[in-house]
Amino acid sequence: MSHQPIVPKAPTPAQPQKRLSPRSIAENMATGLIGCGVVMLMQPVSLMLYSWSFAVTLLGTVLFIVGSKFPE
Amino acid sequence: MNAPANPATLINRAARATPPGLAGKVRGLSDKAIAWLFISPTIVLLLAINIFPLIWTIQLSFTSYRANRPNAPLRDVGLAHYNDILTNPDIWAAMQVTARFVIATIIIQTVLGFVLAWLIDRKFRGSGFWTTVILLPMMLSPAVVGNFWTFLYQPQIGLFNYMVAFVSGIPPSSFQMLGDVRLSPWAIVLVDSWMWTPYVMLICLAGLRSIPDYIYEAAEVDRASKWRQFWTITLPMAMPFIMLAVLFRGIENFKMFDMVNLLTGGGPGSTTEVASITLKREAFEKWRTGYSSAFAIILFVTVFGLANIYVRALNKVKAR
Repeated sequence: MSHQPIVPKAPTPAQPQKRLSPRSIAENMATGLIGCGVVMLMQPVSLMLYSWSFAVTLLGTVLFIVGSKFPE
Repeated sequence: MNAPANPATLINRAARATPPGLAGKVRGLSDKAIAWLFISPTIVLLLAINIFPLIWTIQLSFTSYRANRPNAPLRDVGLAHYNDILTNPDIWAAMQVTARFVIATIIIQTVLGFVLAWLIDRKFRGSGFWTTVILLPMMLSPAVVGNFWTFLYQPQIGLFNYMVAFVSGIPPSSFQMLGDVRLSPWAIVLVDSWMWTPYVMLICLAGLRSIPDYIYEAAEVDRASKWRQFWTITLPMAMPFIMLAVLFRGIENFKMFDMVNLLTGGGPGSTTEVASITLKREAFEKWRTGYSSAFAIILFVTVFGLANIYVRALNKVKAR
């Protein structure tokens, strides 16, 4: 019977926590707003949602343009 | 046969041919100024054909301008056109028709495109030939495609009706693909899918070919089944490319005009009246230029927003 030497496991290095930059926060918010705006524009449920769709898409697009100028 | 010209000789000849006055002026310019000198023609062209019409359209969208009455006094209407469009149930209905087209075409093209890419990626004998054959529809002009599918859909002489009759036994002249309220949307979806599925296939193929072989080899060693390899390796790694194709086709189909205009013109009734057909009617049949400009701006902002997401997705794929 062979005895395997017990090798202590090396401690796993702590993963650096990913911090979202202001740019990615703005871009994520803008992407969400644009997506919501497009869905609101084309949904068959509520005329009120359709009426607000352009404002939401425009807001998302402006936020995207401004947000993409933020540093990474 | 003449020997190829030496580049150094060419530069010397160009330097000699430049008038001394001009050469002196160029030599005195900074690198930045020379760069501006080179890109200025493109910038002027872009301003003339893109930016100026856009600004003009924005300006017109706040007025009562009609292109068929250019000398009529111009009235400032503020946001009235935007308000009208965004509370008009007919335009809302056109948006829903557009949405149905976008959803149907995206689902069909993505599923078929991915399956075709997956088959082509297996590198069988003659795969290059079949790739070329599959890509052919994409290379045709939409105007040509629209015209010849109009002939194919003819109830009396159309090949499509005869093929359906051959398969199903229904008499060929008993149904009209372009004249029937239930069939006409599907007729357009079919043509668009026939034309653009190869494009989705091409993008998916790029995604599949970017997956390194060693991942599959490791999965083989771990005795992962083909099914599991597909769900845990192939699909997740090709997903950014699939999303890219979905986004691109979504943007393109949102502004789909040529195919619908050639095949049905928005009919029968308003079954296939997509947003761009409504826009054309407002602009060139009712001549409500100010109103249609506001509508165009709404569509532009939507497409521009989607294009921003597309560029972001593209950058993520590039970074991978």
